[in-house]
Amino acid sequence: MKVEEVPQDGGYLKNTHLRDIYYALDDEGNYRQVASIGWEPKNDALNLTWDLIAEDAEAVRQDVLAGKKSPLAYHMAVRLFSVGLLASYSGISKKNIRKHLQAKAFEQIDEAVLAKYAETMHMSVDELKKLDR
Amino acid sequence: MKIDFKHSPGAHCESGVTTNILQFYGVAISEPLVLGIGAGAFFSYMPFIRLHGMPVFSFRPLPGHIFTRVMNCLKIKVSKRRFLNRDASMRALDELLEKGIPVGTVVGVFHLTYFPREFRFHFNAHNLCVIGKEGDTYTVSDPVSLILNELSYADLRRVRFAKGTYPPMGKMYWVKRPPVAMPDLKKAIISGIRLNCKRMLDIPIPYFGVKGIYLLARHLRRWDVQLGERKASLYLAQIVRMLEEIGTGGAGFRYMYAAFLQEAAVILGDPDYRRFSNEMTDIGDLWRSFACEAARRFKNRNDHHLCTYEQLAEKLTLIADREKSFFTRLRQHIQ
Repeated sequence: MKVEEVPQDGGYLKNTHLRDIYYALDDEGNYRQVASIGWEPKNDALNLTWDLIAEDAEAVRQDVLAGKKSPLAYHMAVRLFSVGLLASYSGISKKNIRKHLQAKAFEQIDEAVLAKYAETMHMSVDELKKLDR
Repeated sequence: MKIDFKHSPGAHCESGVTTNILQFYGVAISEPLVLGIGAGAFFSYMPFIRLHGMPVFSFRPLPGHIFTRVMNCLKIKVSKRRFLNRDASMRALDELLEKGIPVGTVVGVFHLTYFPREFRFHFNAHNLCVIGKEGDTYTVSDPVSLILNELSYADLRRVRFAKGTYPPMGKMYWVKRPPVAMPDLKKAIISGIRLNCKRMLDIPIPYFGVKGIYLLARHLRRWDVQLGERKASLYLAQIVRMLEEIGTGGAGFRYMYAAFLQEAAVILGDPDYRRFSNEMTDIGDLWRSFACEAARRFKNRNDHHLCTYEQLAEKLTLIADREKSFFTRLRQHIQ
């Protein structure tokens, strides 16, 4: 790839100080570093990944609204926490987390455990109980 | 307190951190050289490990490998440590900073505050170099960033103890005894190339190196039937991201490796490596054209006139053939 072919398709890096550094060929055929703010296929890949995550989360949200699951399930889906991951971050057992994914059990969790969940996922207890992002 | 440390952006986090640390100790070599000596052009496809519910595709060897190997080859003494206790890990870090030693750390990116939200997956093998502390705030040199960044005590501790696949456990590494003279690069380069060839060709299980690419091609051929379009698209997107996500220098380290071979030609005084470099550039172009086709495929999931999974697998097989022949000849040349 030549220096002038290095893609500059603005995407997720646009308003940050992060850059993709490419190694590309200059006019003499020597490699050098070129900073790039993105490449379309890669932006597409990231878009697709987040779109599908949002789709999954929306399905969970519908379940929560239907009373089949607890808001915890939704927040986990949005933040990409699996049961195992949440367990190792929070110290709450997998078994209990699975239980808390049910709407009924969730209502009975005491404040200390709720606070643990909230802290692990970087949110307040109030946000945890609601369904907003 | 801030160490006088020159921050240069790099393509890849680990080779970038290693390059900057070497620079700090007066060993001025480029990032591609670090990658090459560290035998950092690789491929692995591990369908049995799951990351976000997807198999692991990777174009680099295990995290930490490049640093260790480069320092070994250049005969520089280093230390590494992991921790069980979070506060102990921060104390150990502070003590080293007090002594004016820049410290490389492995972190998870999910809680990394200066990363854009969209990049913050539960990915735990990112490297950065801590170079100062003022009150409660650490200054960090992250090669993927153009500038220095800051992290609070709590934030740094959190990312050093990220959980999930490959938890970093506060891992940190630093130079114990600075080098006295400029190390012998020729020897290091030759041994780096040799190891890289060995890794790409000789690992006896089918998940790594050229065999890994063939295996992926075989599996990918049936993805759309086996997994359904949705999941197959997600997997394809994951390959594209691993190939190009911040930190490969383009085409999954292939361009950076080509840059390395160019430098090797000069240092070893052997113009043949320049030819090899050109060939590696072509292979890199093939990887990128694969990424383009793959992206077109998953963007128009339901348009069946586009490149099929069958054809994508063909492309991969072609790449595997090329890499196999490339590394075989490179090895013959070096012997």
